[in-house]
This record gives sequence, structure tokens and C-alpha cells, in this order.
Amino acid sequence: MEAYINLFIKSVFIENMALSFFLGMCTFIAVSKKIETAVGLGIAVVIVQTLTVPANNLIYTYLLKEGALSWAGMRDVDLSFIALMACIGVIAAMVQILEMVLDKFFPALYNALGIFLPLITVNCAILAGSLFMIERDYNFSESVVYGVGSGFGWALAITAMAGVREKLKYSDVPAGLRGLGITFISAGLMALGFMAFSGIQL
Amino acid sequence: MNDESKKVLVDPLVDNNPITLQVLGICSALAVTSQLSTALIMSLALTSVTACSSAGIALIRNHIPSSVRIIAQMVIIASLVIVVDQLLKAFAFEVSKQLSVFVGLIITNCIVMGRAEAYAMKNPPWESFLDGIGNGLGYSLILVTVAVIRELLGSGKLLGIDVLPLVKDGGWYVPNGLLLLPPSAFFLIGLLIWAIRSWKTQQVEKADFVIAAAHGEAH
Repeated sequence: MEAYINLFIKSVFIENMALSFFLGMCTFIAVSKKIETAVGLGIAVVIVQTLTVPANNLIYTYLLKEGALSWAGMRDVDLSFIALMACIGVIAAMVQILEMVLDKFFPALYNALGIFLPLITVNCAILAGSLFMIERDYNFSESVVYGVGSGFGWALAITAMAGVREKLKYSDVPAGLRGLGITFISAGLMALGFMAFSGIQL
Repeated sequence: MNDESKKVLVDPLVDNNPITLQVLGICSALAVTSQLSTALIMSLALTSVTACSSAGIALIRNHIPSSVRIIAQMVIIASLVIVVDQLLKAFAFEVSKQLSVFVGLIITNCIVMGRAEAYAMKNPPWESFLDGIGNGLGYSLILVTVAVIRELLGSGKLLGIDVLPLVKDGGWYVPNGLLLLPPSAFFLIGLLIWAIRSWKTQQVEKADFVIAAAHGEAH
């Protein structure tokens, strides 16, 4: 149990997807102008990440890994090179399924998330979650915790960023730095703040 | 080369740079720039993937039904990325270890998808190929600039060769550790955007709120 809590804290704060690995930056910069939209996107990312990382874990362990096909009598088959293709396929399919399920059963949530769901397919934080899971050899339960944690960390970061930017628009920024430039610099300051978490062990 | 294709090739360098103006492909720009060598390999990988995927998608653009176009583009891009990934593992194993997941992340790099959607779906293969090269070079320009500053001032080296003699080896340069930390890439790109927009003033964004002059000050 302790190890899982540790992994959760690590994936939320110490190895924050957005602010220590800079993943999902395009959406992070583009969709962080308002707090409401940022929260909506954040929730969508948590849901998708929680579903895709464990799903990819199962596919990788039982189909793609070297020797994983031994249950089918193919001991020497190593399909790990198509892991990239499999991961992105699972993500695209999962997003599509989630969209249909939400549309059918939770129309209110579906309307709230709107265009953010399809956008998630090309959010690198999602793909990176699965790739990190493969690289670090997480088992199934670890991958569930890691999926929830990394998604939650990203949601936290984009909400905080949106909060900063809502105040920032009232300030007197030099012309050339206005908009994108100052957003980068404030994101840098936030990332410096998040570095304070590094080295924490539970 | 005629004017049209020249414009397609040169335009994304400064005037319509993918990173500083279109806000595409920032993730990897921040994460792989602490050393010049990784930045160069990454630029090369991204430029070739963008160019080839744009050309490939442009070739079959009239046969892709629009409802499945994203999946079709993804498949082409993912196959190219797998090729690049395997090539790097075979010929530059050390660098591919340092880049870790970022080579795989070229799949979701918005530059590749963005150019496929915005340009290659509407234009013939050769122009799309040039557009891919141009945007790849625009990305590489920012990546290499940031990496040169970070590696030179952060560890006194370029491509692993000592340029500024460090104090601990009896030289005069005290390395700035901040530049080796990831957040410094944010500051550098922010400042780079400032520099480009001071030069090309038409890129400056409009302010949401204009600050009114205080009473008595305006006269």
C-alpha cells in the first residue's frame, strides 16, 4: 500500500507531467486562458489517462512483450517494436468509445467537455503516460495508480496555470512579450516552484 | 526552384514559425534541449518525419474519407516514427536512450499532425514535402538556438567539447546551473519570442485590456 501512495505522490508532484516533463504543452498553453475550460479539460485527461494506461499495460504484458505470446505457443515472438502503434491506437479508440458512452449516458458531462475529448488523442501527456509505463515496467496495479496520478497532476497544473493567466491579462506587459511570451515565462516560474517537490520520499 | 516553393520553404523559419507563432510542438522543444547533440538528433528526426508524412498523406489525400482521416494520418505518422525509432536504436543507441520516450512522442507532436491537417490534405505531394521540411527547419532553428545557449552557459561545452574553461578545471567560467534545469527552457523560449516579436512587430498580440492613463499623468 505504501508503495502505491508513494507512486501516486511521485506522479502528481515530483514527476508532474506538465511541469517537470513538459508533456501536453501545446494544449497546456492553448487551453489555459479560462479556469472553467481548464478544469473541463483536466477532468477529461484524468478519465482518459486512468483508462488508457492500464489498458495499454494489459496489451503490452499479454500480447507485445518478448515472450508474452507463449500462452499461444509462440515463445520467441517479440512484438515490442509495434508498442507505439498499439498505444496510439488504444488511445484513439478509447477516446472514441468514451465520447460515445458519455454522449449516451451522461449528456451533461459530454456537453461540458465538448471539443476537448477529441483533442486528447493528440495530447502527448496521454501517450507519454503509456510509454513511461512500458519503459519503467510497471505491473497492472502500479499502472492504475500511475494513470490516475499522472492525469491528476496534469489537471492540477493546467488549472493553476489558468488561474495565473486570468490575473495576468490585467497586467501591463511589454508589447512583444504579450500573450504567448509571458505565458511561457510564467509557466517557467511555476515549473521552478514544482521543482521544490523533487527529492520527497514517503 | 520557383518563388512559390521557395516561399513554402522559407516562410516557417521566422515569419510563421511553428513554435513561436503557431504554438505547435512545444513539449519536445523544452525537454530535449539541455544538450546540443540530442537537440540536433531530435530536429533531424522530426524534420524527416514531418516531410515524409506530409508527402505521403498528400499522395493519398484524395482517397481518404474525411471521417477516418485522423486515423489514416496517425497510421502513416506512427509507421514513420517507428522506422526512425528503430534506426536511432540501431545507429545511435546512446542518444536514443537519452531521448527516451520523446522519439515516440513525435507521433503526437502537433507540428506533424498540424501540417498534415492544414497543408498536406489540400496540396500536392512535392509542395507538402517542402512545407514539411520548412516547418521542421523552423522547429530545428528554435531547438538548436535554445540548446546552444543552455549547453554553452550551463556546462561550458558545445557538443561535449569544452568551449568555456570551467573554474573547477582551473579556468575562469562559473557554469550557470539554472540553465541545465528544465524550467530555463521556458524562460529562453519566452525571451526568444520577445526578440522575434520586437523584430517582426506584426506578430505582437493585442492586449485584452488597455491600461488607462492615470489622472494627471497623461498631460
